[in-house]
Amino acid sequence: MKNFNELKKNLKKDLSGHKKINIAILGDTSTQILHTVIKATCIEEGFDATIYETDFDQIEIQAYNKTSGLYASNPDYIVLFFATQKLQKKFYKTEKSDRKNFSLNTLNQIRSITDTLHSEISPHIIIFNFPEINDQIYGSFGSKYDASFLFQLRKLNHLLSEKCLNSSHLHICDLSTLQNQLGRMQTFHSSTYVNADMVFSLEMFTAIAKSTLDIINSLQGKIKKCIIIDLDNTIWGGIIGDDGIENIQIGGLGIGKAFTDFQRWLKELQLRGIILAVCSKNNETTAKDPFLNHPDMVLKINDISVFVANWENKASNIRNIQKILNVGFDSIVFLDDNPYERNMVRENIQGITVPELPEDPADYLEYLYSLNLFETTGISEEDGERTKQYQTEALRFEYQKIFINEDDFIKNLEMKSRIENINAFNVPRAAQLSQRSNQFNLRTLRYAEHDLIAMIDNVDFHPFCFYLEDKFGDHGLISLVILKSNVNNSLFIESWMMSCRVLKRGMENFILNVLIEYANSINCSKLVGEFIPTQKNEIVKDHYLNLGFQEKDKLWFLDTNDYIAKQTQIQKT
Amino acid sequence: MINREIILEQITIIFRDTLDDKNIVLEENTVAHDIPEWDSLNHIQLVVAIEKEFKIRFTALEIQTWENIGGIIDSLLSKSSLKI
Repeated sequence: MKNFNELKKNLKKDLSGHKKINIAILGDTSTQILHTVIKATCIEEGFDATIYETDFDQIEIQAYNKTSGLYASNPDYIVLFFATQKLQKKFYKTEKSDRKNFSLNTLNQIRSITDTLHSEISPHIIIFNFPEINDQIYGSFGSKYDASFLFQLRKLNHLLSEKCLNSSHLHICDLSTLQNQLGRMQTFHSSTYVNADMVFSLEMFTAIAKSTLDIINSLQGKIKKCIIIDLDNTIWGGIIGDDGIENIQIGGLGIGKAFTDFQRWLKELQLRGIILAVCSKNNETTAKDPFLNHPDMVLKINDISVFVANWENKASNIRNIQKILNVGFDSIVFLDDNPYERNMVRENIQGITVPELPEDPADYLEYLYSLNLFETTGISEEDGERTKQYQTEALRFEYQKIFINEDDFIKNLEMKSRIENINAFNVPRAAQLSQRSNQFNLRTLRYAEHDLIAMIDNVDFHPFCFYLEDKFGDHGLISLVILKSNVNNSLFIESWMMSCRVLKRGMENFILNVLIEYANSINCSKLVGEFIPTQKNEIVKDHYLNLGFQEKDKLWFLDTNDYIAKQTQIQKT
Repeated sequence: MINREIILEQITIIFRDTLDDKNIVLEENTVAHDIPEWDSLNHIQLVVAIEKEFKIRFTALEIQTWENIGGIIDSLLSKSSLKI
């Protein structure tokens, strides 16, 4: 990670090609340094941020005044930064009898601010939680005494989390964890606090900016979806081909504990929906042996979506894995103990994340914790099923080889599709799809859950969720199309996105048939589409052309009246 | 006296790096006003960078008493743990 000094040099860079975003920073202490470091970190991450900063301690005034500069700045993201030191002063001023309610009262003040901001402009709000300061007034007893500052501080952090629990526009930047990782000695320097009112060290501010950008990145759809792991000395100690299955270090043998813990962590990520793939220089049967037969292996063969063990170079193997999984290289993390392999992969595959794993495997976990690679904006019930879906994808990949032509293959898949409006059950997955889809996405609009829920009762919006299953398994919700009522009896295709798992199935034809049928049913005679190019959605640049739309002034038009239903192998259920 | 010169040299390197200006020349009597980039925000960075380089911590009061570069050198030399 770059330090403050190095990051600051970004400020002199040419920002052409950087995506523009607006951020407002509201703090109850000086935010000058936070401003600088967030701006510099934005540049590091490819953003050109316009940052609105209020004079400190103006949070309420800015929030409650609808004509304030804050609203005029039209922020995509608002950062709310309350310092623990300020909180502590407020606590000491609180009457003793009121101290038990301190956290709840503070939460209500924060809630009133976020509610106002949300009702007016609906941005994403990133709230910094409170790193702990234990004033030791009550010693350890303070932990179980509800009128101590420590007790109320911890409770407030918890209440904040609960407050954000079901709000897709509220996010917590977890300063408490950052302080745990770095240690109070690193995050706070009393001399600069006294002299410059800096409530954190430069190092901590740098970490906070990184963490804030992690959240913004995930909201922008930049998330990690897959881990590709090496085997020997990465997930077990020793070399399976030389040492044999009974001598590799896992479980009780040697430093096996380090590897077992590491595997448990990978398994948890897999359960969360991160895809695991193996890329190892080994014979396939030898490499698979521990997954099938070693009692201490936490990871089993079924946890791995794609298993590649051969003697080819790793960069080309990783390219093959990427082809099967159909995710971007920038959403892949490659873990390998060998610095040579790491460099080789890093140099040959642009965008892939290759952490510099520490030399001692006992350090793997703490190091990976500190990188915070797996930020997400939400989870859906389908996440846990993802491994299975990709495994069946690998099966389909094999099955496809039997057929000489693709049409025969498609016919034999026995595909069925179900269509739903947005509802309480599918909204997490639909929002997630909009966050994750980068390639098959015509306008790349990202929706938070509350955005989609708001459409249910809005007569101008017509959302469609498409599910797909075939003889190999259920893909779940794979496409989201949102139509918006437009002038002259036309429907504007505000969004059309699809998971790349189901490319080349003729799903586009099926969906268009459904859309036309719907348009006719509500007496709309035209569909209007638009393609907004990004760095990643080139595959759909001719989407509307291929579907028979006519172009005019960068928009695409299709008459519904003389539409002839497209051929499709997908059955509607 | 030789120690002061060595420290001045090292501080100059830190200033050049932190303020991103290779042409900075420091003397014992240089003050913030003499160097355009030396503002309050950069000052904090400079303090942190000097602390890191010399592996010491300044006290809050020390930082306030500096009148010029010489003051910083005085503070550094007063640290018993300082090794050059």
